Amino acid sequence: MAQNGIGASVRRKEDQRFLTGRGNYVDDINRPGQIYAHVLRSPHAHAAIRKIDTARAAKAPGVVAVFTGADMAADQIGTLPCGWGINNKDGSPMKEPPHPVLATERVRHVGDPVAVVIAESRAAARDAAELIAVDYKELPAVASSSEAVKPGAPLVWDDAAGNVCYDWHIGDKDAVAAAFAKAHKVAKLDLINNRLIPNAMEPRAAIGDFDPGTGDYTLYTTSQNPHVIRLLMGAYVLHQPEHKIRVVAPDVGGGFGSKIYHYAEEAIVTWAASKVKRPVKWTADRSESFMSDAHGRDHRTHAELALDKDGKFLGLRISTVANLGAYLSTFAPAVPTYLYATLLAGVYTTPAIYCEVKSVFTNTVPVDAYRGAGRPEASYLLERLVDIAAAEMKMDRVEIRRRNFIPANAFPYQTPVAVQYDSGDYQATLDQALKAGDWAGFAGRKAEAKKRGKLRGIGVSTYIEACGVAPSNVAGALGARAGLYEVANVRVNPTGSITVLTGAHAHGQGHETTFAQLVAEGLGVPIENVDVVHGDTGRIPFGMGTYGSRSLAVGGSALVKAMDKIIAKGKKIAAHLLEASDADIEFKDGKFTVAGTDRSKTFGDVALAAYVPHNYPLDVLEPGLDETAFYDPKNFTFPGGCHVAEVEIDPDTGVTTLVNFTAVDDVGRVINPMIVEGQVQGGVAQGVGQALLETCVYDGNGQLLTGSMQDYCMPRADNLPNVSVATHVTLCTHNPLGVKGCGEVGSIGSPPAVMNAIVDALSDYGIRHIEMPATPQRVWQAIQSAKPAKAA
Amino acid sequence: MPQVSLTVNGKPASAEVENRTLLVQLLREKLSLTGTHVGCDTSQCGACVVHVDGKAVKSCTILAVQCQGAQVTTIEGLAKDGKLHPMQEAFRENHGLQCGFCTPGMVMSALDLVKNNASPSERQIREYLEGNLCRCTGYHNIVKSIEAGAAAMRGGR
Repeated sequence: MAQNGIGASVRRKEDQRFLTGRGNYVDDINRPGQIYAHVLRSPHAHAAIRKIDTARAAKAPGVVAVFTGADMAADQIGTLPCGWGINNKDGSPMKEPPHPVLATERVRHVGDPVAVVIAESRAAARDAAELIAVDYKELPAVASSSEAVKPGAPLVWDDAAGNVCYDWHIGDKDAVAAAFAKAHKVAKLDLINNRLIPNAMEPRAAIGDFDPGTGDYTLYTTSQNPHVIRLLMGAYVLHQPEHKIRVVAPDVGGGFGSKIYHYAEEAIVTWAASKVKRPVKWTADRSESFMSDAHGRDHRTHAELALDKDGKFLGLRISTVANLGAYLSTFAPAVPTYLYATLLAGVYTTPAIYCEVKSVFTNTVPVDAYRGAGRPEASYLLERLVDIAAAEMKMDRVEIRRRNFIPANAFPYQTPVAVQYDSGDYQATLDQALKAGDWAGFAGRKAEAKKRGKLRGIGVSTYIEACGVAPSNVAGALGARAGLYEVANVRVNPTGSITVLTGAHAHGQGHETTFAQLVAEGLGVPIENVDVVHGDTGRIPFGMGTYGSRSLAVGGSALVKAMDKIIAKGKKIAAHLLEASDADIEFKDGKFTVAGTDRSKTFGDVALAAYVPHNYPLDVLEPGLDETAFYDPKNFTFPGGCHVAEVEIDPDTGVTTLVNFTAVDDVGRVINPMIVEGQVQGGVAQGVGQALLETCVYDGNGQLLTGSMQDYCMPRADNLPNVSVATHVTLCTHNPLGVKGCGEVGSIGSPPAVMNAIVDALSDYGIRHIEMPATPQRVWQAIQSAKPAKAA
Repeated sequence: MPQVSLTVNGKPASAEVENRTLLVQLLREKLSLTGTHVGCDTSQCGACVVHVDGKAVKSCTILAVQCQGAQVTTIEGLAKDGKLHPMQEAFRENHGLQCGFCTPGMVMSALDLVKNNASPSERQIREYLEGNLCRCTGYHNIVKSIEAGAAAMRGGR
């Protein structure tokens, strides 16, 4: 292993600037002559716009311009596009209503943008926005998926009957029916996957800049994928060619999915900058984030599992209603379908699976991928259902899992729901987690807790997820409207230092360090001689960005491929310098050596020769040492693992305390153990947040009740215990690094582990299920309702 | 507009502000000290914590005009001669940050805690941080960082 190479917990290169206040987030950037945008948003969940009067606002002090959707229409500005199409059961396409940048005729959720004020200061813009008179005619609203599907429900879109976007399915319905017909027992569960608000700590922000001299646009934005934003905004919204648009996503303060999508404000400031000929900055208030960042989850599901007399799973039947909100966000249609139902085999050999998903429109903020995206929904329902099944069968919860695991020697394993797992060892992962979490010693801890009047419970989840999206041909067949490769450019500078330009984007993941470790390992150069650049379409050839734990599996693989090209060219240069044949040159530890001799050239010698080609094979080789690679993944990667949670409940108050949490994850090869551990801990905190604290609440009229951090319960330091993290590695078989991805495992495996622990703690009361989040009120009420039963 | 004069990171500073201008706006927009961040509008997140006259203050919750003559320390004022403060070093060593957005507030709060409690326990740290939100780390490594930073500061004095 190279020093600071693969497997070393290298301290992060990016921390120096973050720790000294020298980060460069979008709101930290100020352009000469910059002015400020404030977006006026709908206070109603559903209303017709009769008239927008901006006259008073336009005359307010400091106001430069006021724009509405009519102004954008006059410039032929397009609508915000959706990047994934899903077909109905009958093959017909989903309903795909337009998503205006600024609403003109109707508003469809609280927070829907209707006008923008541009002024000399933020305060002036905000003050003036209050002078805009919008004449709304309120319309009946639907605020939940359960209301949306009721006969006679108000329609969010007139041409989407029953508020249905699509009614989709996957799997073999007849085979599942046959499995249920011969079942010994059927375990059934209705459950809700609660709606979440991502809440990256940095609110979204955007600065549009326009050069009237060249006609060039620059957008600085809080994005996880600046090239995707350039493509979508340029082609579909502003109708400007990509060479005239530069999108910069500098330091970004967390994303978790919410900063993947192309948002209205990005198009507003970019277009407005060309209208007013000055840079225009918009920064969200947190309140705006709550009502305009894409939300996550929001499923209602009925699940049934057929079992034989030995507890083997025979068939799984799932019916889900997913809430997509008022408009289709960029990747929304894919989340409750291909990112969800394809994972329903879990880590089990269930031979027959059928899942139908009805996705509906409601008068709420659009819902899209949030950390895990579809996979937490799948693992939560499956791992809760397995516990229910164990109870029905009077079997041990661990034993029923073991009995149904896909064996370690069965890979590659084709599931009945379209995907092929490449590797894993679920028994070993489970063993390691049970040992680390001291499952065997639980009875003693429970007895001790009982003496203190506390109910103690333990829960386990054994989950799988799919990462590294995705093979482009597969994604295309499933409805993706883009390729999903990644790009790396390795630029060797004349003195041998290296600049890596990657299409992946880091917003907390530490790519500047991890990717530099790959280069230190691959090219044998000191890590301090490597800089990793991301987030600028003006510098980086192309890229699809970071989401779905894909950066290392796809972006890292592209980097390896580009380094292979560097080495191949370097060998030719070295062969010339050493007067040997290309085939005789070996590259190791940063040196090109003639095999079997001590004759060698350093990496720096070769780099210099490439750029100062005085002694160089110019007749057969171009100067320079700069290579770009596109890597398209061959399959998804399939991280998996086992999480063990232990809780204590105070039966008098319903307060649940998470006392122990153990995660053992198989994320494939680990490049930087310190960073992997941090990613898992962070993911677990978000999963525990979903299980115990967080939920987005709308009232029946579509008003957002959890519209601030005072109302939406974010996990705080004292809500969480230390989280024990370990890995059990099986290598990914189809990418050059053997990596699988670690960004989402924590948020996928933890909610069912916590909820299984809570139900275990409450088992004496006969409580078989409790919905997330398990707030004190909810737990206390469950105990009160169950008390008569217990007494009887 | 009122003029505010104060000392920031040991240097005199002065700016014209509106009556409603918050300290964080003065720091970020007038003095170009963008290390102090704004993560919410309800004083919940703590990304804006700075020290005013030696006390940790959420700079989104105090008017600039209230800071007339005050001594303000921000995250930019901690490292001396290019050397990180022991608390900053502890955050780096223990991977106590990911996206970095909450980090300035976390470090400034941590220093306030340690000022009053030189060797805080894990539980005390977790409870003290109730006014600082982090969405990335799950707090585990922040707690470890503060334990290590406190120990380094004890050793260094």
